[in-house]
Amino acid sequence: MAYWIASSPHDHQQSKTSALMRLVIYATIPGIFAQWYFFGWGNLIHISIAITTALVSEFFILSLREKNIRSQLFDGSAILTAILLGISLPALAPWWISVLGSLFAIAIVKQLYGGLGHNVFNPAMAAYVMLLISFPVQMTSWQPPLSLMALELDFYNTVSVIFTHYTQQGYSVEQLQMHVDGFTMATPLDTLKTSITLGKTVEESLQTPVIGEHFGVGWQWINAAFLAGGLLLIAKRAISWITPVTFLFTLFVCTFIAFLLSPDTNASTMFHWLNGATMLGAFFILTDPVSGATSTKGRIIFAALAGFLVFVIRKFGGYPDAVAFSVLLCNMAAPLIDQYTRPRTYGHK
Amino acid sequence: MNIPQEYKELTWQGLWKNNPGLVQLLGLCPLLAVTSTVVNALGLGLATLFVLMCSNATVSLIQKWVPKEIRIPIFVLIIAAFVTCVQLLMNAFAFSLYESLGIFLPLIVTNCAIIGRAEAYASKNPVKQASFDGFMMGMGFLFVLLALGAVREVLGQGTLFDGADLLLGQWASNLRIEIFALDNQFLLAILPPGAFIAMGFLIAAKNVIDTKIAEKQPKVQDEHIERVRVNFDS
Repeated sequence: MAYWIASSPHDHQQSKTSALMRLVIYATIPGIFAQWYFFGWGNLIHISIAITTALVSEFFILSLREKNIRSQLFDGSAILTAILLGISLPALAPWWISVLGSLFAIAIVKQLYGGLGHNVFNPAMAAYVMLLISFPVQMTSWQPPLSLMALELDFYNTVSVIFTHYTQQGYSVEQLQMHVDGFTMATPLDTLKTSITLGKTVEESLQTPVIGEHFGVGWQWINAAFLAGGLLLIAKRAISWITPVTFLFTLFVCTFIAFLLSPDTNASTMFHWLNGATMLGAFFILTDPVSGATSTKGRIIFAALAGFLVFVIRKFGGYPDAVAFSVLLCNMAAPLIDQYTRPRTYGHK
Repeated sequence: MNIPQEYKELTWQGLWKNNPGLVQLLGLCPLLAVTSTVVNALGLGLATLFVLMCSNATVSLIQKWVPKEIRIPIFVLIIAAFVTCVQLLMNAFAFSLYESLGIFLPLIVTNCAIIGRAEAYASKNPVKQASFDGFMMGMGFLFVLLALGAVREVLGQGTLFDGADLLLGQWASNLRIEIFALDNQFLLAILPPGAFIAMGFLIAAKNVIDTKIAEKQPKVQDEHIERVRVNFDS
């Protein structure tokens, strides 16, 4: 009888990449559902465009690189990237935004660096940043929550807006962004940033219909839904709890100190937690096993750095939300973090 | 026509095999910074070509009198003198282009491609070959600049030769070609990251062509050395 000698780690997890990816995709469903409930069909349409483009471009690159197409095309990683990108796009962005974005994510960020497991950056976030710096107008055409919109927006009109810029009745994207009272609405984070620059206090700037009674109409529930999906992932042991907890804790510490120092110019922790892409970033983006840090200590540093950067960029930066930028910056730092947090081998000093 | 082998080799080296932009990767800073349009690329490419030729010729002329220990400062002085000439000329005759090239025109002094050629070739070779080498290296650099500028201008603005009148005078404004009309610029292609990505693709394309050429070459058969056993006993 021959003994098969394997190298460490000896405790193998038998699940495959595709099973893990499928689980993560299922975990995004509550968040996508909340997005659909509060903002309509826009993101779902973008997600489907993005998935189609991602699969087509993955197919082409895999055949160029002479890889095994059947096993790698449907391992779920391309689909997950496309879904994450589609979730983060503004609902009323034109169709070519998601086509260009997922093409960039798959072809350049993922495959040119060597495919799954070799990408330095998180593909979805790199594509989002590429789109944001290339097309600032389209990427900030945020749609107000359905309950606040002056015009009705059903499925066919959303399709028509995304593909032709106009609804079937001829209303443009700019008109759709209007509130009943006739002013353009932005996201809660954007609104807060603009009002604070105008010299208002936080309490005054939160008195707009976009923010509503709590922390932002729709946005709070979307973030709560992503939180629920993330908790499911932790319960299923798909991601480690360390990264999201450290990230949220750092964000809490930073915003709490800022809030204590100057409550008039800093929003509360709950506002930061439940707005923008905080929960999506904490549970679905930062936990990416490829572009993040590896060891436990490394993950703590990685997530803490991300939380700190999110706060700094949201507070002092030019863009209202910061998750994508801080994830990319942390991705760059990840190899260095891994270098310094290498776990000690037993018996070595 | 009988061109000496030496010049053929210099041409091949400068334009393709040892191209300063694609293979030596020297002078990347201006290469990436000013190639947002074809005209900018052309302006900087011509300036670099001129400086490279003149500095190579001068370095080669004075090679006997340059002490080895302080050759680099002397090369830099020569290059800086020619760059100043170019800068003043452009300031006088193509002022708008001079403004759009900005700091990258005086920065030609620090372009490693130029000092590299002065050190590696011009300081050891006669003046004719040295200036020819400068010309070919400059052309190689110019072509890379033009290719990069064209790619970025088409992707970013959908045009070609936009603003050619800045360099060539009023008649050249007709050269502007609108490939496709964009409602909004693709900013990534115009911003520096786009330059890095486009440059990567250009280098990859060159490598692909090189491998294809290498595959087509007939393979040289290894010569088998037959060992003959000599049996002295018999």
